[in-house]
Amino acid sequence: MAIAVVAMIRLRNLFAVVVLSGIYSFLMATLLVALDAVDVAMTEAAVGAGVSTVLLLGALHLCRSEEAKPAHRPWLPLAVSASTAGLLIYGALGLPDFSDPEAPIHQHVAPRYLQNEVDVPNVVTAVLASFRGYDTLGETTVVFTAGAGIVALLRRRRKGGGQEPPKP
Amino acid sequence: MSAAVASSSLLPELIQHFSHIITVFLMVSGLYIVIARGNLIKKLVGLSVFQTSVYLLYIAPGKIIGGTAPILASQYGVYSNPLPHVLILTAIVVGVATLALGLTLAVRLREAYGTIEEDEILALDQQAELEE
Repeated sequence: MAIAVVAMIRLRNLFAVVVLSGIYSFLMATLLVALDAVDVAMTEAAVGAGVSTVLLLGALHLCRSEEAKPAHRPWLPLAVSASTAGLLIYGALGLPDFSDPEAPIHQHVAPRYLQNEVDVPNVVTAVLASFRGYDTLGETTVVFTAGAGIVALLRRRRKGGGQEPPKP
Repeated sequence: MSAAVASSSLLPELIQHFSHIITVFLMVSGLYIVIARGNLIKKLVGLSVFQTSVYLLYIAPGKIIGGTAPILASQYGVYSNPLPHVLILTAIVVGVATLALGLTLAVRLREAYGTIEEDEILALDQQAELEE
């Protein structure tokens, strides 16, 4: 996965970058299966690797698929990124160890969710639909707003003609 | 001598936080793509790499070694934490919506300016200002 990311930084052919990002999403989905997040992995494989790649390819079809050479040296972004990485790793050392059953994340509401109060064996579905329904309402609002924005932009484009990448 | 002691205590620490280190690496490379590259589509790809690193940041602490996926069954007793999974499911869908909106903006910019390179767009803007 790290190799895919580094290649994505280096490559200037945008088509290759898009295909690599699809591969990266599939690798991420595999990693999520290994971390027991099967629902998330399924969504990531379908949405991240499928829909996103289609959207990116649709946009590439409308734009030039070759990136220009960077105009200035990348030392400043590199320094910013490296110092951010240093700070984040220093902060991460204070977090609980990997897979520590005593970590705060496993003490708060998770045990109650796992008691099967709503009679659905898949706990992720139960929490999504019963305990945290407002999240889905907010998500729908965001998707609707994005769709409305895309339609607004598309309407202005119609006068010039052309095609729009498919909306999810 | 003291350096050897420090490294021997640091190494298991780093292995315990391996998932965090991968997360930080992905996050920073996404950030680097967003800052350093001028092409708008490549910036959006970098943004989605950043986003997937956040998925990892949430999911990894919920894992318990020896536990299974949070689907209740009588033969298992230990499950991974289901709450981050729910939050990230929402985040993935929102991420695609924002990606679609960003790509539409890029396509519109390409129509208006004929390019999706940040530098060229800024140069065109400056030129237009000078001509006014």
